[in-house]
Amino acid sequence: MATIYIDGKPYETKDGINLLDTCLSLGFDVPYFCWHPALHSVGACRQCAVKVFKDEKDTKGRIVMSCMTPVADGMRLSIDDPEAIKFRASVIEWLMLNHPHDCPVCDEGGECHLQDMTLLAGHVYRRTTLKKRTHTNQDLGPFVNHEMNRCIQCYRCVRFYKDYAGGKDLDVFGCHDHVYFGRSRNGALESEFSGNLVEVCPTGVFTDKKFKKHYTRKWDLQAAPSVCVHCSLGCNTLPGERYGTLRRIRNRYNQSVNGYFLCDRGRYGYEFVNSKIRMRAASVKIKGAAPADEVAPELAISEIRKKLNGTHEGGIIGIGSPRASLESNYALRELVGAENFYHGVSDTVFNMMGEIVRIIKDGPVAAASLEDVREADAVLVLGEDVSNTAPMLALALRQASRNAPLAGLAKFKIPHWDDAAARNAMQGEKSPFFIASFTGTRIDDLASEKPYRTAPDDIARLGFLIAHELAPESPGVPDAGEEEKSLARRITVALRNSKKPLVVCGTGPQSIHILRAAANAAWAIKQAVPDARIAFSLPECNSMGLALMDFSSGRPVSEALKRVQAGGAKAVIVIENELVESIGKEGAEEIMSLPCSVAIDFIATRTSQLAGVALPAASFAESQGTFVNNEARAQRFYKVMQPQNKNIQGAWRWLREIEAALGTAKQCPEIDALTAELAKKMPQFAPIADRAYFPPPGFRIAGMKIPRQPYRYSGRTAMHTHIGMVEPKPPSDTGSALSFSMEGFYDASKKQKIPSALLTHYWAPFWNSVQALNKFQGGVGGPLLGGESGKRLMGASGSDPVYFTDIPEKQKAPGLSGANNRGLFAVPLYHVFGSERLSMENPAVASLCPEGGQPFIAASPRTLSALGLNKGDTMGLEIGGTVFEFKTVADEEMAEGLAGVFVPENGNIRADLAGLYSKLPAWARFL
Amino acid sequence: MLALLRALWLILLHTFKKRVTVQYPEQKPYVPPRWRGRIILSRDPDGGERCVACYLCAVACPVDCIALQAAEDETGRRYPASFRINFSRCIFCGYCEEACPTYAIQLTTDYEMGEYRRANLVYEKEDLLISGQGKYPGYNFYRVAGVEIGGKAKGEAENERPPVDVRGLLP
Amino acid sequence: MSTLQYIILIPALIFVLMSVASGLIWVERRLLGIWQDRLGPNRVGPFGVLQVLADILKVFTKEDWVPPFADKPVFITAPAIIVVTVLITFAVVPFGPRAGLADLNIGLLFFLAMSSLGVYSVALAGWASDSKYSLLGGLRASAQMISYEVFMGLSLMGVVMLAGSFNLRTIVLAQRHMWNIVPQFLGFIIFMIAGIAETHRLPFDLPEAESELVAGFHSEYSGMKFGMFFLGEYFGITLISAMMTTLFLGGWMGPVLPPIVWFALKTFAFICFFILLRATLPRPRYDQLMSFGWKTMFPLSLVNLLVTGGIILAAR
Repeated sequence: MATIYIDGKPYETKDGINLLDTCLSLGFDVPYFCWHPALHSVGACRQCAVKVFKDEKDTKGRIVMSCMTPVADGMRLSIDDPEAIKFRASVIEWLMLNHPHDCPVCDEGGECHLQDMTLLAGHVYRRTTLKKRTHTNQDLGPFVNHEMNRCIQCYRCVRFYKDYAGGKDLDVFGCHDHVYFGRSRNGALESEFSGNLVEVCPTGVFTDKKFKKHYTRKWDLQAAPSVCVHCSLGCNTLPGERYGTLRRIRNRYNQSVNGYFLCDRGRYGYEFVNSKIRMRAASVKIKGAAPADEVAPELAISEIRKKLNGTHEGGIIGIGSPRASLESNYALRELVGAENFYHGVSDTVFNMMGEIVRIIKDGPVAAASLEDVREADAVLVLGEDVSNTAPMLALALRQASRNAPLAGLAKFKIPHWDDAAARNAMQGEKSPFFIASFTGTRIDDLASEKPYRTAPDDIARLGFLIAHELAPESPGVPDAGEEEKSLARRITVALRNSKKPLVVCGTGPQSIHILRAAANAAWAIKQAVPDARIAFSLPECNSMGLALMDFSSGRPVSEALKRVQAGGAKAVIVIENELVESIGKEGAEEIMSLPCSVAIDFIATRTSQLAGVALPAASFAESQGTFVNNEARAQRFYKVMQPQNKNIQGAWRWLREIEAALGTAKQCPEIDALTAELAKKMPQFAPIADRAYFPPPGFRIAGMKIPRQPYRYSGRTAMHTHIGMVEPKPPSDTGSALSFSMEGFYDASKKQKIPSALLTHYWAPFWNSVQALNKFQGGVGGPLLGGESGKRLMGASGSDPVYFTDIPEKQKAPGLSGANNRGLFAVPLYHVFGSERLSMENPAVASLCPEGGQPFIAASPRTLSALGLNKGDTMGLEIGGTVFEFKTVADEEMAEGLAGVFVPENGNIRADLAGLYSKLPAWARFL
Repeated sequence: MLALLRALWLILLHTFKKRVTVQYPEQKPYVPPRWRGRIILSRDPDGGERCVACYLCAVACPVDCIALQAAEDETGRRYPASFRINFSRCIFCGYCEEACPTYAIQLTTDYEMGEYRRANLVYEKEDLLISGQGKYPGYNFYRVAGVEIGGKAKGEAENERPPVDVRGLLP
Repeated sequence: MSTLQYIILIPALIFVLMSVASGLIWVERRLLGIWQDRLGPNRVGPFGVLQVLADILKVFTKEDWVPPFADKPVFITAPAIIVVTVLITFAVVPFGPRAGLADLNIGLLFFLAMSSLGVYSVALAGWASDSKYSLLGGLRASAQMISYEVFMGLSLMGVVMLAGSFNLRTIVLAQRHMWNIVPQFLGFIIFMIAGIAETHRLPFDLPEAESELVAGFHSEYSGMKFGMFFLGEYFGITLISAMMTTLFLGGWMGPVLPPIVWFALKTFAFICFFILLRATLPRPRYDQLMSFGWKTMFPLSLVNLLVTGGIILAAR
């Protein structure tokens, strides 16, 4: 701790940070542009000037840039010094010289850091009569709009895009006031984190192109804390609604998870909520007739009751979903009984998830949060292509790659926040970073040595080898080659010398061996380095929640199929699941052809089309529930808006209504009561009822709920008048402490006690932009005031590891030649834009899907030529007895002898292809 | 006591004073040009809609009776896709006009808006948009804004230099 | 009079009074308009006289709402009381030498008794509404009535002494030579002030004081129940004016014109004066009202009684 004097008053502050950080943390309003809590200082904008005095006697002082000045004990500074104020006012004046007269048509208007700082720094009147510099814009693809006139040269965009996110195609060109931030030529931004430019840019140079299509000002968006549904990381989001449609998603700060950023899949994947594929009415299929008839909800329920009549006892099977909330899965499990509840995932995924739960629960190494990942200083990635399956994990890994050299900067006396100096001193040096994968990933540039490209089983063998090197009691790999061994040894040395080593793996390669090898490796490192962590990437947003539901006694959907085939069931209820993806087309058809088949989903899927009764569920934006992310952190998402019509309701409510119709349930409880019931019945989920993290509906501050709408929400008395003159009463929310209103408790004075989990927007006097977040953090970049949002369900056990001993054999060299044995090992490929069903409903996301959204096979050019193929040729491949035809793509980075299969999940892909991933990885015969 | 009687007398004398009442429908009162009456949306000198759907009128409105939705045409010009004022709520405070950065929304001297059906007081964009410029002739927001729209490329607005050639090497 | 005459006369009188009371609405609004340099209601019918009809139609068609928190039976009874008590009092008013319903020996006492009963209406309305403003209004009305009632009776004793009777007809006839306003000028003034207070007209309308109590005792009333209070107030004005005419201005007596016309003219003049008072005087503070009543008017009325009594005794 250090004591500093700001305008004569003493303040306690943290050591080792800069003055700007200190002032903002203490709640002072110091204007700034180039500094960003995650990007740190470069001292480019000169806006954060304050005056520093030598001692008490010094009255003259000198102006310094607060972002470039380290805090020192006993320091005296003045923010309100007239000279400093004048300095800042003239800086903003010259920054504004060329800024166009655009605010009314600028999407940043109203939440613009430049507007805020202009007012804060006291520049109110334009004196110059000089002509303004202009720039032509570029088309930067479907996500980000470019308007270079507005640029104030703070360099934040390139510092985020290049330095922080590792993008290569955005750069700065030109000199003096011609400086231009853009690509060398028009074209979509390549980085999957480009959407963050919208939040990083202090003004309107980079704005949200999708949001522009249905633009709404910040003050008109009704928002609620939510959790991203597009991958397993559970990034915190703030979706905004206006006029009944979801308008945009912004980052919701959570220090332990996503921090300040989101990936483009999470930011732009929301479009499905408004899209045509939403189910908006219940439908009942009349025998053989298609399409199904739309009916009133009560009719659908009574139809279900009729069909279920008498079959209730043990006759209904329920298929839960890794996409549905804990509450919905629980309601289904309660309805059908635990013995009739099946996990709606393929056998492979089911087994992998079981293994991951065991690794986290019983192993000595804790699962890493994204914050842990960002702090790691040595990384081993086994098999998983995190840049495509969990992009934010890749971004966190990119930060981890800087930690080891950053720690070494102490010898130059360069503080870590002095970003330009630190990067200069590091000279591209990286933390030890090892990648073993069968395909190229977008974090390959972080690797300390050339990524190890090989088949999944061989990746697992490398993991086992490393584990054995570190802990001889773990099983060795007897037939390991010399190359493997020496690589393992190099990795071992690096990991052993680190302070926070991290092993990353995931379900992407669909190989249980890799998971076991990663666990062995992490456990073995733990023996040498106590702070070792393991990070997993999982298939869906609630995969972990579903797996935890009954991790010891659960069964996958294939068991359900067997039971149906054996005639052991008469009815089935499927929630928010596409059975075709887990058991293939035939299996799905067989299950859904039961006398009574019910599908509850928010989008129309193949499964819902096969169902006898399909019920429209609420999407994440219209319902409340709990997701458990990849590190077993339970996070609540809240209703952002009311469903578009009365037919739509949460899956859990449908299930409770069915239960009530069957006469087995008491009254339908509110969601909060259901959550409490779930936490009580299933001890593994007990923390989700923790009121400190998840405030109850009765929660009030000063007698008020937390408003979903900003205090200056407009148009209330005109937005419904085209329907009727009676202004409807705002819906009441009995399930949470939030209200559908602009009235309620809001206080940005740092004294506020709003639990961060309930913050619906960031605003403070003078701070309209996202940077208002400073006012809600306990120290800039620190945890949100009022407590962390989300709670870990399990940590590491203290027990000794029980190493896995099941070591796979070396992958046999595929027979590329010879007429009879033309085998290829087919492995699944993923793409950030394309491998997630819901986000593909946004045409912008779909447009970035590789190969125009067509399925393809990627293989190395040598493999292709050995098969006598050129890139672009059509290749026939027999996988699991079915023949598929694919376009071929040559990929230098693919491991030899492997065929990377990519099938986009875009809803109009052939049904047999949709279920293909459940069969991978597998040997395929090349035809 | 006397004061009371005097007051009574003085009030009684008012029986013979001139009436101030204006017999309204037959006799129209004088309405100053800056009267805050019925709200209209004006057009710029080139005939384009002045409103750029910036939402500032909506947020300034103390009774929240303005609801609109922004849209953009293919050339990048922003306009309101819908613009609705609920005059049954409007208090004619004129804040919307003050807030308007483009002189689009203006309060006029028309105050005769009585209706028997409340729904008739809901004015949509086509009811609000007039063909002239209203009180502020000559102003065209897009002539001074930096954005590019159809018919006005970058650098063609007032007080702008032509776009920078980023690839140029001259200082 | 025969029963048949009563059966015809009573409804006729009620009808006439109703018309007068409702007509007063127009008169008051018009006069207030004139004294405020406006025109007042002038649109409905010739000179706006049909405004009254429009107002009545409106008040009849308004939602007659009883607040759920009110004491329902009392809430409904209260407005009826004021109308009934005032109407009953009119029975003893001698409109002409032969006109008038009842010729009671104790006519004046009957008037005093009935007008005191009227306070129940206001007090009960304030109580039954179960709202703080109404209750305050009711309380104020009760205190005001009790205070002003005292010297209202006393101020009339001079008149009674001069006529030697409580019979109103006798009192009128006793003024053949000189109207009571001359010998009993002080009594006249005191009675007039008390009368205004009794009808709680401005400046003594503290029970309803809009600016402090919303609408006082009838805050919670709407529709015809509110209309009854309104009606009661105008009946009250008419009654007090008629009583002043009877007691101090020689009742129906006057040259040339028929007696009933004289009575009507004098009464109307007083009504206009009441309206002029409303147009002129602001409302006093409540404590001013009470101290004025008890410390000024009450002693004055006693003095008046004493002096009158003394003079009569001396004259004997």
